[in-house]
Amino acid sequence: MHSYNLTHLKQLESEAIFIMREVAAQFERPVLLFSGGKDSIVMVRIAQKAFWPARIPFPLMHIDTGHNFQETLEFRDSLVAEVGAELIVRNVQDSINAGRAVEEKGPNPSRNTLQTITLLDALEELRFDAAFGGGRRDEEKARAKERFFSHRDEFGQWDPKNQRPELWNLFNGKKHIGEHFRVFPLSNWTEMDVWQYIAAENLPIPTIYFTHKRKVVNRNGVFLAESPFITLMGKEKYEELDIRFRTVGDMTCTGAVVSQANSLQDIIREVAAARVTERGGRADDQRSEAAMEDRKKQGYF
Amino acid sequence: MEYKEVDNEQYLNMDLLRFTTAGSVDDGKSTLIGRLLYDTKSIFEDQLEAVERASKSLGDGHVNLALITDGLRAEREQGITIDVAYRYFATPKRKFIIADTPGHIQYTRNMVTGASTANLAIILVDARHGVVEQTCRHAFIASLLGIKHLVLCINKMDLVDYDQAIFLKIKDNFEQFSSKLLIQDIRYIPISALKGDNVVDRSKVMDWYQGPTLLYTLENVHIASDYNLVDSRFPVQRVIRPQTAEFHDFRGYAGRVESGIFKPGDEVLAMPSGFTSKIKTIETIDEKLEEAFPPMSVVMTLEDEIDISRGDMIVKPNNQPVSGQDIELMICWLNEKKLMLNGKYALRHTTKEVRCIVKDIRYKVNINTLHKIEDDLTIGLNEIGRIHIRTTQPLFYDSYKKNRSTGSVILIDEATNETVGAGMII
Repeated sequence: MHSYNLTHLKQLESEAIFIMREVAAQFERPVLLFSGGKDSIVMVRIAQKAFWPARIPFPLMHIDTGHNFQETLEFRDSLVAEVGAELIVRNVQDSINAGRAVEEKGPNPSRNTLQTITLLDALEELRFDAAFGGGRRDEEKARAKERFFSHRDEFGQWDPKNQRPELWNLFNGKKHIGEHFRVFPLSNWTEMDVWQYIAAENLPIPTIYFTHKRKVVNRNGVFLAESPFITLMGKEKYEELDIRFRTVGDMTCTGAVVSQANSLQDIIREVAAARVTERGGRADDQRSEAAMEDRKKQGYF
Repeated sequence: MEYKEVDNEQYLNMDLLRFTTAGSVDDGKSTLIGRLLYDTKSIFEDQLEAVERASKSLGDGHVNLALITDGLRAEREQGITIDVAYRYFATPKRKFIIADTPGHIQYTRNMVTGASTANLAIILVDARHGVVEQTCRHAFIASLLGIKHLVLCINKMDLVDYDQAIFLKIKDNFEQFSSKLLIQDIRYIPISALKGDNVVDRSKVMDWYQGPTLLYTLENVHIASDYNLVDSRFPVQRVIRPQTAEFHDFRGYAGRVESGIFKPGDEVLAMPSGFTSKIKTIETIDEKLEEAFPPMSVVMTLEDEIDISRGDMIVKPNNQPVSGQDIELMICWLNEKKLMLNGKYALRHTTKEVRCIVKDIRYKVNINTLHKIEDDLTIGLNEIGRIHIRTTQPLFYDSYKKNRSTGSVILIDEATNETVGAGMII
């Protein structure tokens, strides 16, 4: 007799599909927030699976900081074309021009926090009542308490003190007018799950995830890519290294890692090795992904 | 640097165990989780360094593993309600999801939430104090929520000289109580989360204990048979009609198999219409399946065009759930605003939403003694009782004991939209 035991990754996939279908049923105007990064690539794949053979019944929306890697934008457009989804782009630059957001000062002004303004304006303008995000509970401690269906008040704010209990697989998406939900179908996935899924599903990802030669500057231990948005300070200079990125966000705060990883298999090894490194106590190792994340947390957000 | 080879095949074949941890305030739960994460090498270096620094600044002589999970500590200072936190780790055998339910305010609410999706519950007992009121409460909730496996960890054995007699006495005490519970599989492990005895590594001191360690237990507990593979239930989430050239006449029913097994060719019955048909295909984007079992999300097509929409349920004609509007529930109340007799609530059950009225409060349960309370029928936050409700439309349900998915409901306050009650159908 064969086993009726679904593997963990299949269970996570099924859970995410279930959540997406619930959102499509419980909300009038959902939208999938899409950055072109690995988590949102998985999200698009899950959305395809959830509604196949029909098309994804909601648009994708990219909040463009204007500081994106060109490779990511090209990838975004080709994926959207292939999937046949509707893409909405809202620009942080427009929010700045309209006086809604103010550019940060300093040698590498980041637009990460400004994105929130553009996002909330877009949700309100387009009357979206549910926005899918690729957030995972393993990313950080506050996220460990996040719900699948996360309620936002009329100001778009999260109130961690007043979250709805979430039991079984019964999701309560009821809301008052003007409120919305953020929904995180990948809540129970880990970084390793995401990479394994991308490999198992053979999903294309932007080229900047793989090793390439690029001019970077070492700023406080973080390698930042050469870009017009960064001003060199003091003795800083660009050097060309073999690097890759592990996230594809804003160029001003997305650190590169020195890496020769040339394939998904290499990346998976690196993610696993990062754990070994951390286990072994070599935090200074440049491949240590958590250390990079930690620096990002301390310095950039 | 040398890479550790990742065995993809092994990774993809891992199964998943969801467990919840419960304990009183100072029984070392955070230390235990910290120990599991630490000894399975699931902690990142930067996290560990932070803990080492914090331990030093607190004057601890050793690395205080409790600090690994206590990101909550800062949150408490900021006045954020203590809440269920989810944590993840994996060994080559399994992936684990821990629903970590802190042990004080709103305890019942958090534990019920964490337990609702768990396969297994770990309950910690302080070896110095033995079985206390809270131990019984936690065990009762685990039992009520249908958890099939319970591990009683008798912790802090290092503080009682690793005395076997103490372990046996606590085990004996709990066995007397647990005869009232529905949980068949109860295990007892003497541990020291602080020193690491019998958590991941076998204790070098307690040679009188020959049973498995906690991690070995978590890795090997048999959960495949926990799913109900008998009663086929497929609540419809969505009707899929692409209306494209390629899939012109396609009409599929999207949903997740909640229990039982479905195969193409099976005769099925749609509730509430009562029409029968045969399964034509069970599909996903990847393949046509020969069978579907829980918890797979699939699309089902039928031989005949019959009226089915979201909230309906596809079942087998010879094994149907109960269809009814008068329902008896055990309810756990989750909100400061008390349960109202004759109050009306929105109710969610599988993919269906209806309204209901609370017709009667039968009794309240003293969750420490399991005695019925019949002279005080107010059910407030963190209290559990039995109620009778009437719904506006029939639900297609099974008892919670038989089927967690088709036996559970939530009640929603229609004014605030908050989830206020968690109900288990009797």
